[in-house]
Amino acid sequence: MPSSHGGLAIVVNGERRAVVAGSTVADLVEAWCPSPDGIAVARNREVVPKSEWSTTPLAPSDSVEIVTAAAGG
Amino acid sequence: MSATRPPFVVAGRELESRLVLGTGGLPSLEVLDAVVEASGSRLATVAVRRVDPSARGGLLDVLAARNVDVLPNTAGCFTASEAVLTAKLAREAFNTDWVKLEVIGDEDTLLPDALELLDAAEQLCDQGFVVLPYTNDDPVLARRLEQAGCAAVMPLGSPIGSGLGVRNPHNIALMAERCSVPVVLDAGIGTASDAALAMELGCAGVMVASAITRAREPARMAGAFRAAVEAGYQARLAGRIPRRYLARASSPAEGRPDL
Repeated sequence: MPSSHGGLAIVVNGERRAVVAGSTVADLVEAWCPSPDGIAVARNREVVPKSEWSTTPLAPSDSVEIVTAAAGG
Repeated sequence: MSATRPPFVVAGRELESRLVLGTGGLPSLEVLDAVVEASGSRLATVAVRRVDPSARGGLLDVLAARNVDVLPNTAGCFTASEAVLTAKLAREAFNTDWVKLEVIGDEDTLLPDALELLDAAEQLCDQGFVVLPYTNDDPVLARRLEQAGCAAVMPLGSPIGSGLGVRNPHNIALMAERCSVPVVLDAGIGTASDAALAMELGCAGVMVASAITRAREPARMAGAFRAAVEAGYQARLAGRIPRRYLARASSPAEGRPDL
């Protein structure tokens, strides 16, 4: 499902986004977060371990959740 | 303090403070820092939420600087599968296999869904997590959670954020007496005396969030809770007198002058 920018259409934290074809989870985290510390990623409801971010390519229609700590509880 | 102090141990980790802090509801990280310092707590809960690229970070830094361990929660989860995935994300994000397991059944009361809770607890214990479930004040469910392998049980005193205190002291006392894992009262506490009561009932610790964070002066209230948890704990160790129907004089009857 290529977007008008020639990239991949995915959903990140509930928002539709286009990323460059060939992007990995690591690329997405770098673009999204100032620091990878205290961050975790789920892709299509599966945790992607940090060690696999740079080797996990994003695929069309992926749903990605990038989470961190928030005050609570 | 010279009195013998049995350590507060959860899953083999000794915690210096029996007060577990919730971090939600504070106006700023500066106030959080003051609260943490005043509370003396060494364990604080955080929620797992989407990264806000525009948000100022630093929550984890504040806790780390005060030597406070992070206890991720699964707040907001309504099913076992959501809670299990949230715990896995927390483990990945915060490098801890501890989780305060919350599986809520109802948005109005925020009461636990016992069936989903037990299901999630079993899954997470099987996967090596140190599970501290937020549970109903039900001694039988507590036993089931313990049998599932939970490291502690965290019964509610009353609904989250209600400030109604410990509504069923008898059940809390039963749980404290019958559980072999620590019982940490969680939720519903309104003020310091509620925490003292929980400790007097035999709880190993108390978790407090709203009663501190939403107090008019959060840091002062954190100090009050620190003192109350210690007072209740010491009173429990010291052994309260039995309740009596009628008075029992404490001054001697003998030697009373004939006036």
